[in-house]
Amino acid sequence: MSVIKQCLVSHTLLLITMLVAPFSVLAEESKFNMPRGVTEISEEVYDIHMLVFYICCVIGIAVFAVMFYSLLKHRKSVGAVPSQFHDNTAVEIIWTLVPTLILVLIAVPATKTLLKIEVDREADMSIKVTGWQWKWQYEYLDEDISFFSNLSEASNQARQRASGIDPSTVENYLLDVDNPVVIPVNTRVRFLVTSADVIHSWWVPALGWKQDAIPGFINTAWTEVKEPGIYRGQCAELCGKDHGYMPVVLEAKSQADYAEWVKEQQRKQEEAMLASGRDWSMDELMSRGEKIYTANCAACHQANGEGIGMFPALKGSPVATQGSVEEHTKLVLNGLNAMPAFGAQLNDADIAAIVTYERNAWGNDVGDMIQPSAVKALR
Amino acid sequence: MSTAITHEEEHHEDLTGWRRWVFATNHKDIGTMYLWFSFAMFLLGGAFALVIRAELFVPGLQLVEPDFFNQMTTMHGLIMVFGAVMPATVGMANWMVPLMIGAPDMALPRMNNWSFWILPFAFSLLVSTFFMEGGAPAFGWTFYAPLSTTFAPSTTDFFIFGVHLMGFSSIMGSINIIATILNLRAPGMTLMKLPLFVWTWLITAFLLIAVMPVLAGAVTMMLMDRNFGTSFFDAAGGGDPVLFQHVFWFFGHPEVYIMILPAFGIVSQIIPTFARKPLFGYASMVYAVAAIAFLSFIVWAHHMFAVGMPVAGELYFMYATTLIAIPTGVKVFNWVATMWRGAMTFETPMLFAIAFVVLFTIGGLSGLMLGVAPADKQYHDTYFVVAHFHYVLVTGAVFALMAGTYYWLPKWTGYMYDERLGKIHFWISTISVNVLFFPMHFSGLAGMPRRIPDYAVQFADWNFLSSVGGFVFGFSQLLFFYIVIKAIRGGEPATNRVWEGAEGLEWTLSSPPPHHSFTVPPEVR
Ligand SMILES: [Cu+2]
Repeated sequence: MSVIKQCLVSHTLLLITMLVAPFSVLAEESKFNMPRGVTEISEEVYDIHMLVFYICCVIGIAVFAVMFYSLLKHRKSVGAVPSQFHDNTAVEIIWTLVPTLILVLIAVPATKTLLKIEVDREADMSIKVTGWQWKWQYEYLDEDISFFSNLSEASNQARQRASGIDPSTVENYLLDVDNPVVIPVNTRVRFLVTSADVIHSWWVPALGWKQDAIPGFINTAWTEVKEPGIYRGQCAELCGKDHGYMPVVLEAKSQADYAEWVKEQQRKQEEAMLASGRDWSMDELMSRGEKIYTANCAACHQANGEGIGMFPALKGSPVATQGSVEEHTKLVLNGLNAMPAFGAQLNDADIAAIVTYERNAWGNDVGDMIQPSAVKALR
Repeated sequence: MSTAITHEEEHHEDLTGWRRWVFATNHKDIGTMYLWFSFAMFLLGGAFALVIRAELFVPGLQLVEPDFFNQMTTMHGLIMVFGAVMPATVGMANWMVPLMIGAPDMALPRMNNWSFWILPFAFSLLVSTFFMEGGAPAFGWTFYAPLSTTFAPSTTDFFIFGVHLMGFSSIMGSINIIATILNLRAPGMTLMKLPLFVWTWLITAFLLIAVMPVLAGAVTMMLMDRNFGTSFFDAAGGGDPVLFQHVFWFFGHPEVYIMILPAFGIVSQIIPTFARKPLFGYASMVYAVAAIAFLSFIVWAHHMFAVGMPVAGELYFMYATTLIAIPTGVKVFNWVATMWRGAMTFETPMLFAIAFVVLFTIGGLSGLMLGVAPADKQYHDTYFVVAHFHYVLVTGAVFALMAGTYYWLPKWTGYMYDERLGKIHFWISTISVNVLFFPMHFSGLAGMPRRIPDYAVQFADWNFLSSVGGFVFGFSQLLFFYIVIKAIRGGEPATNRVWEGAEGLEWTLSSPPPHHSFTVPPEVR
């Protein structure tokens, strides 16, 4: 409660500042305004935003000034006598034409920038971005790199209801991921944006745009970041329960650092391939299973396996305790109704670990397990 | 003919107790029921909004799970749009249109009864989903597919039938209003002499008849996709999720004008009364409303600048959208010109009408910003949008409805309301509503997406302010409730004219008006 008290004081002050702050302050302070961003496009978008904003301010102030003058002078209590005029064609024509001209004034730069955003020139590299409930997948089409980007573990723990963790102690609360998407600076990067389930929207304000991720469509968008840095955004289209928990983190690296990063990723990818080829022990599968389950399944089926709302419990469920391990694996691989086909998201070792974990956790004690090689055979 | 009327009169005056309401065919009784229903929905939708604001008070998740939060945002939107604002404007039309055009009643009294009594059933269906497995709709009031089809709980079918019923109600109500205005005007009441409120409702009714079937089509396609194996919106079956958005917004954009045009009408009645001066530019006001209504059909995809439209489409929808600023500007300028060199007094209805002009204009200007496509790629789906549509719908439509309530309450009840309390209600509402919605411009621009149950800590200040404003605004509406009840129970008797500067047929009748408003058609010169 002391948080609230403390806030009340500081916010009363803030409210006063807000009401008296001159517009120029609003324009510079990012807590008040759209960021200028780090690309040519984002800067142009920002400039148009400010142009239209200032035009709106001028119109608003002019109209309200006339109105408030009238409210002060033309009131009965100061002895005003109502005039009875109710028409004036010249005035009507003027206040139809002037706004039209203002609209043209806005339309010219807006058209120019829009054409620049939408023109689809050759790009230096392409990244396919896929929205999933509730994470992002990035596939580097030229590099054979592919990975998922989940909300960071620290944020994920703090965001649970009544977690007892103060969000202000978590670095980049709700805006941090385990694997950011990495791009080189001064390179034209094309994003191919799509979705595997519902509609999401991929948005990093510093790039100046957002692009909906729609199942069955591949939308293209591109960027060319000028400065190295980490830029944060969020899914912007309501995509179900955990819509608020699928941030976008984009890391722009220098060309050299980027090349280094690509090598590192390819090495990791190879390691995972090797892991799927060998036999795993029960303990290995269970400990890996818990990790993968937490990242991929717990959002719906819950960490305790008891499910929530429309999402069924796995604890004691027929599939996990009575059915065969092969049927269980097939369900995880191919999905069912609202559950996605995890075969497209996870490698054989991960699937094997999840299935084994689900059959032996929370008091489910089937005792059997499945090897990555067996998962491969079921695909 | 005259014997028939006498017979009807006896029949109605016999109805007492619950029969008076359940079998109501009198436009005033039905109007009253519409207004009370919409106020109840306003409180329910407001309660949902308070759950939202309570959860967003400080960062972190304190009160509700994310899925329930989504149910709150969805039901808040649905209830406020379809349950509060729309029925309230229909209620005012029921009460005022016959009085303003010199008619005895609505043209189709029995259908009038039906169109009201569908509503409680429609909203019972909708609200009953809270008590079912799967919970209430949680996919936003815009219910985009496939989140509302493949990925939604089974309770969605109740939502679909609820929407169907609301559509029946709106279409029947609209037919009734059109039939009344076109057929029951007093001799001499030509179309270009209609009070502005009647004009705005005539045009609104045509909008409703045009777009409610489109909404019905959208939810029917959802129903088919969900239950009968079609793939209208399912990409896996060759369908098109973006088609849903086109269909929805072809309904949805005219829908926002359905909510705001009657508000324009109310304000256009009130300002001349308290400025003691005729409405400036009557004809241009009518043409502006017609122009806005026409444009509302050809701008729908400005809600979709992020879906990946071809650039030609984006340009077209940007140009068409910004055009709406012209007739809207004309209306604002005309209201100001009406005040100019009048002799104004500031009773509560006038205060709300003036606040409407200022705050609706702010909402209109942010609407212009949103219409600029390249910038909308940033604004889209952020709190900036939330700020915009709450300025036009709360400080726009709802403020106009409150202004109309204070303006006509003495005519409806026969008693003056408590002016001192009315002014207190106005000031608390106006200050708190700005504390509630103004900071949302900033949180949106700074990057806060809408419809999230928790947020990054840099948005904490704005959200805290909004929540404080929200609670004050919400609870101050209980004062409004008290003022209305107090006026119904008695007070200073209202004269026929009620307001010194009031002009029009409705003010020639007693307060409250007789059972059959105009039994003898008045002469209009
Ligand atoms: Cu999403």
